[in-house]
Amino acid sequence: MIRNIRARTAAMLLAAALPASAGVAWAASEAVHIDRQKWSFGGLFGKFDDAQLQRGFKVYTEVCARCHGIKRLQFRNLVQPGGPGFPEAAVKSLAANNYQVDDAPDDEGKIKKRPAILADSFPPPYPNEQAARFAQNGALPPDLSLITKARSADTGAPFYRVPDMMLRDILTGYQEGGADYVYAYLRGFADPPADVKLAEFMNYNKVFPGHQTAMANPFLAGDGLVKYDDGTPETVDNYARDVVAFLSWAADPSLEERKRMGLLVLLYIAITAILLGLAKRRIWRTVH
Amino acid sequence: MASHESTYRPTSAFAKWLDARLPILRMMHAQFVDFPTPRNINYLWTTGGLLTFFLVTQIATGIVLAMHYAPTAADAFNSVEHIRRDVNYGWLLRNMHAVGASMFFLAVYIHIGRGLYYGSYKAPREVLWIIGVVIFLLMMATAFMGYSLPWGQMSFWAVTVITNLFSSLDSIIPGLGTRIVQWLWGGYSVSGTTLTRFFSLHYLLPFVIVGLVGLHIWALHVAGQNNPTGLEIKTASDSVPMSPHAVAKDIFALSVFVLLFAWFVFYLPDYLGHADNYIEANPLSTPPHIVPEWYFLPYYAILRAIPNKLLGVIAMFSSILLLLFIPWLDTSRVRSTKYRPVYKWFFWMFVISVIALGYLGSKPPEGSYVLWARLFTAYYFLHFLVVMPIVGVTENPTPLPRSITESVLGKSGHAVGVGAPAAPERR
Repeated sequence: MIRNIRARTAAMLLAAALPASAGVAWAASEAVHIDRQKWSFGGLFGKFDDAQLQRGFKVYTEVCARCHGIKRLQFRNLVQPGGPGFPEAAVKSLAANNYQVDDAPDDEGKIKKRPAILADSFPPPYPNEQAARFAQNGALPPDLSLITKARSADTGAPFYRVPDMMLRDILTGYQEGGADYVYAYLRGFADPPADVKLAEFMNYNKVFPGHQTAMANPFLAGDGLVKYDDGTPETVDNYARDVVAFLSWAADPSLEERKRMGLLVLLYIAITAILLGLAKRRIWRTVH
Repeated sequence: MASHESTYRPTSAFAKWLDARLPILRMMHAQFVDFPTPRNINYLWTTGGLLTFFLVTQIATGIVLAMHYAPTAADAFNSVEHIRRDVNYGWLLRNMHAVGASMFFLAVYIHIGRGLYYGSYKAPREVLWIIGVVIFLLMMATAFMGYSLPWGQMSFWAVTVITNLFSSLDSIIPGLGTRIVQWLWGGYSVSGTTLTRFFSLHYLLPFVIVGLVGLHIWALHVAGQNNPTGLEIKTASDSVPMSPHAVAKDIFALSVFVLLFAWFVFYLPDYLGHADNYIEANPLSTPPHIVPEWYFLPYYAILRAIPNKLLGVIAMFSSILLLLFIPWLDTSRVRSTKYRPVYKWFFWMFVISVIALGYLGSKPPEGSYVLWARLFTAYYFLHFLVVMPIVGVTENPTPLPRSITESVLGKSGHAVGVGAPAAPERR
């Protein structure tokens, strides 16, 4: 018993020290190359694929949600335009039947649970950080509401490539570094190379800074782990892709509206600029 | 203000009535309608208008954001997400404000670079220049405090690193630096108290900037605008009235710049920021790299290039304060670098140094990055302290045109321009 507690304490300390040590490893070594994926929501005309978001939501709830919360998402978001486009009735019954949230204190001041409604946020898997760390060998599974925004893919380009790569990313509107990273992370679990000694409770990952991560491969069971009902092949690669698309939407639910409005605004300003340019030329004609 | 005859003729009964009591419309007309602008100014002279636009945009979006934002450690990050997700067009306002800060700095760097290239700081524009440097310093302070408000990891750690710089004063008077830092923090570490006071100041300083911009424009309209030749307006044909000429040019340039602004707001809202700022501030976890926003990177590189902490801090602050003295450090007889064949090379060397320092500021301070940062830092200071005074005396400027008109129309050119309706008097 005592031994067990000691081991757990050691693991907690290790987890607390990990971000710092991983950072050192990252700074000292070359950044791991992250391949860019094709996302339906990338680029200037990007839109989420509703079917993909629905599949991604299924992967999230069946696999990720056991350890990771998504607290900034509310059930009503699932029926909003620009999202997965679930029917309202389906989400209402999903919330009511599958999720319990804290109710307001009753007359005796006791807090009871009640079924969730559309206006509720997704309840977290653990009541607090301590409970999460206790259950996870000292590691804290991060909330996934913003995960694709909170990660990035370093190009690791030498300085003379920086200007043209920047220009390319700006012109193509590349904002999917976080999605690319999370996808690469989900696909990056592997057996450690012979010269790597993993710490206790740690798993090897090809793209994680320092290569040792407390999270285990979520798709270890392999293809067929999550059942798809739209005929999409039930492969680990599809699970990773679909859940990353879902998380990208969760982190940026206004993406579609933003890109659609952007096109109109840019068109409007461009036409205005041309007219103003012509007016300027006419006014200055007599001067030069 | 600049003396030229007013062409203002109030027409309506109300305008006549007001003109006899408070001639504010007459003043506006004199300053912004028939104010004589040099006829040869290029598009770099549209950045002043751009900056005014961004100042107003930042204030307008900022006021609305402040209605939904909560400046406390527990709620700041959540309230920004609330703005992004739940407030009507909150995502748009927040993107405009965050990207607007970057665009503001992009425009101000072009504006300052133009002033340096064309010698706009030289007599009689020293005070105009100095007010500009003060505005720039306030802009930096405002941006720095604004960056702390989302209370993400980078916000928190940038505040920690930068406020901690004052603790280097401990090496002069033991305890002084620590006391100053605790006074800034309002405690023994960066906390919600620090956040709340930064929010208060972040809301205050833009209005101080508005006042200083008023003085900046006043000083500009006394000395008159500089231009690519660096010559003064001498005759009516050297100038055009501000409206419609300069105004048309300004608005056109503004519309093109807003195109760039909109591109980032709608397609790349997070491109100029850092992913770590989407992680809520955590005092127990330090991010692998702590880097400031792109517009502070050159100064950050200077800070880290110096091995001694106190000297690094002094170097960083003096790299900007030095700008206050360049009206007197530059000994050249001519204003515009266009006519300075030797200094021209040094000017571009300076620009390259600043860009290189920006790149190095984004890299970890290790290996060859440190050496290069030291070299470019050395040039940054040498440029102002050695090159400017010496080259100004030793170089032979190429011949200047006799007037602005001649520079536009060539020697044979005679005054066919429209001219300002009222010729500015020679000063």
